[in-house]
Amino acid sequence: MAIQATYLGMPLDINDLDVENLAYFKHCAAHDFHLQRCGACGLLRYPPTTACPWCASPKSEWIAVEGRGAVHSYTEVHHAIQPAFRNHTPYLVLLVDLDTQRGKPGEHEALRVVGNLVTPQGRLAPPEMVRRVGIGTRVRMVFSDVAPGLALPQWTLDEGASQPASPWRYPQE
Amino acid sequence: MTMPNETDTTSPKHLCDKYAIVGVGETAYMRGSGMTTRALGTWAVRNAIEDAGLEPSDVDGMLSYQSGDSTFAPFIAGDLGMRLNFYMDVFGGGSSTEALVGLAMGLIEAGMCKVVVIFRAMNGFSQVRIGGTGARAAAPVSGDMLHSRAYGWQSAGQMFSPTFMRHMYDYGTRPEQVAAVKAIHSEHASNNPKAFYRKRVSVADVLASRIICKPLHLLDCCVETDNGTAIVVTNAERARDCRHPRVLIRGVVGRCSKPRMDMHYQHGPVSTVAGHYAREILWPNSGVGPEDIDATGSYDAFTFTTMLQLEDYGFCKKGEGGDYVSDGTIRLGGRRPNNTSGGHLCEGYTHGLNMVIENVRQLRHDADDSCPVGPDGRRRHTYDYREGGCRQVRNCELTANLGWANPGTGSAMVMRRD
Repeated sequence: MAIQATYLGMPLDINDLDVENLAYFKHCAAHDFHLQRCGACGLLRYPPTTACPWCASPKSEWIAVEGRGAVHSYTEVHHAIQPAFRNHTPYLVLLVDLDTQRGKPGEHEALRVVGNLVTPQGRLAPPEMVRRVGIGTRVRMVFSDVAPGLALPQWTLDEGASQPASPWRYPQE
Repeated sequence: MTMPNETDTTSPKHLCDKYAIVGVGETAYMRGSGMTTRALGTWAVRNAIEDAGLEPSDVDGMLSYQSGDSTFAPFIAGDLGMRLNFYMDVFGGGSSTEALVGLAMGLIEAGMCKVVVIFRAMNGFSQVRIGGTGARAAAPVSGDMLHSRAYGWQSAGQMFSPTFMRHMYDYGTRPEQVAAVKAIHSEHASNNPKAFYRKRVSVADVLASRIICKPLHLLDCCVETDNGTAIVVTNAERARDCRHPRVLIRGVVGRCSKPRMDMHYQHGPVSTVAGHYAREILWPNSGVGPEDIDATGSYDAFTFTTMLQLEDYGFCKKGEGGDYVSDGTIRLGGRRPNNTSGGHLCEGYTHGLNMVIENVRQLRHDADDSCPVGPDGRRRHTYDYREGGCRQVRNCELTANLGWANPGTGSAMVMRRD
């Protein structure tokens, strides 16, 4: 079932033929994070794809994956392009290494899942929270509800985790 | 350095020196062009053909690239009264120039064309802005963009920045080292009468300019301009009859990608970019190595894209790019100047073609600086690189162009003076 919705004033559109994204976001809407697991080699992948980037098999199944990890890299956006984000600067875009399948199939591989830094309620993080996060920060997944059948996976500080004493931040602050 | 004379068609080097760039041309680099991309393209193509000493009727192939912001080759060809044996308009931006040079060589090698012109025309300030603003920002987010643009992660600067951040984390690269790229390119631009920004800026100026998205300041980003640019490719024999000294193509690699390029942040070290893979084709095909190169043209959409490529193509060790770009090596008068025209950061933005044009002129020993022109029409270069002076690299024999599309895709080319 196609989905048209608006998130922060920005139109999102998933058409009927995009079955991989429809399946992915259906799980997200239920606040469950699922990824495709290859039916041949068993490796997980992100984002949704039509075949396995590790072994090229088209067979896969959706399985639940724990949404916890550490920030691999980030950018802090001060000049928003998307009009809807202009009231929310600075905001963070995070690349998060999931704990699941980290270092597989090679030492530099990980499931690097994109998201913004948000509050536990899924709203873009306020500046004081943005300033606390850098490379190495432990984060957990939460969801920003957009519409029935659609939520975006996001990241918030994992308050229950042991955090690095000073996560790496861009040095010119 | 010795150059092989005999052609061994069993070797990947067999196209070495078999093709040449014989013409280069452009419009002014400007804002508010007041004309269509079709007019910009027509003028650039016309200028390039004239520079080669050819007529439009001598050209039978045309290639162009764009991202929905230009004009198709048949219109330009029609306007100039040309009859083509082959044309193709490719979707794409950065890294297209070198890739299309490779395609042009293949067209001629296959007997489909004799002379091929490659152009890029864009109103990059007045119409579709590469920075991502305008109509594109308002379009619905779907498909792959649900995993990027939905997060306000859209412009090239935003998309590439995590790559650079991780490089700083992994290797201790400092903001002032990378800012030196802008400062040095602005020195070069100050000696380029056609550069859009000719004012010299300092490292401190870059670091004091406002943050766009960390780690990028405003002055770490290239300039958006309106312009057309074009080059003419033909075989080395035909090139002898053209107007200028021959600039021979030693080797090319086009749109070489990292593994899993659709989401290049997933696979391998994110701060290793496509040049790491492209160099395995570029240097063996060219029969030379980075140590042989006299000048580079590295795609400076941002200061750090230059640094990352110079590292991954092997001009310095991985992680030492910060020192390489800030220690004087890439400055005019240094061991291996980079982007002597000022590049995208200062001369103008035309998706890579202007740096190829610049290197062709460098190899002709005819950089269009402020040095006096002698009675024979040739410049008397002073090699005095102070502001407003010379920008010709002394004894420039071999250059490399490094094209960038995103961290996951790259193209490159080595050229030499005959």
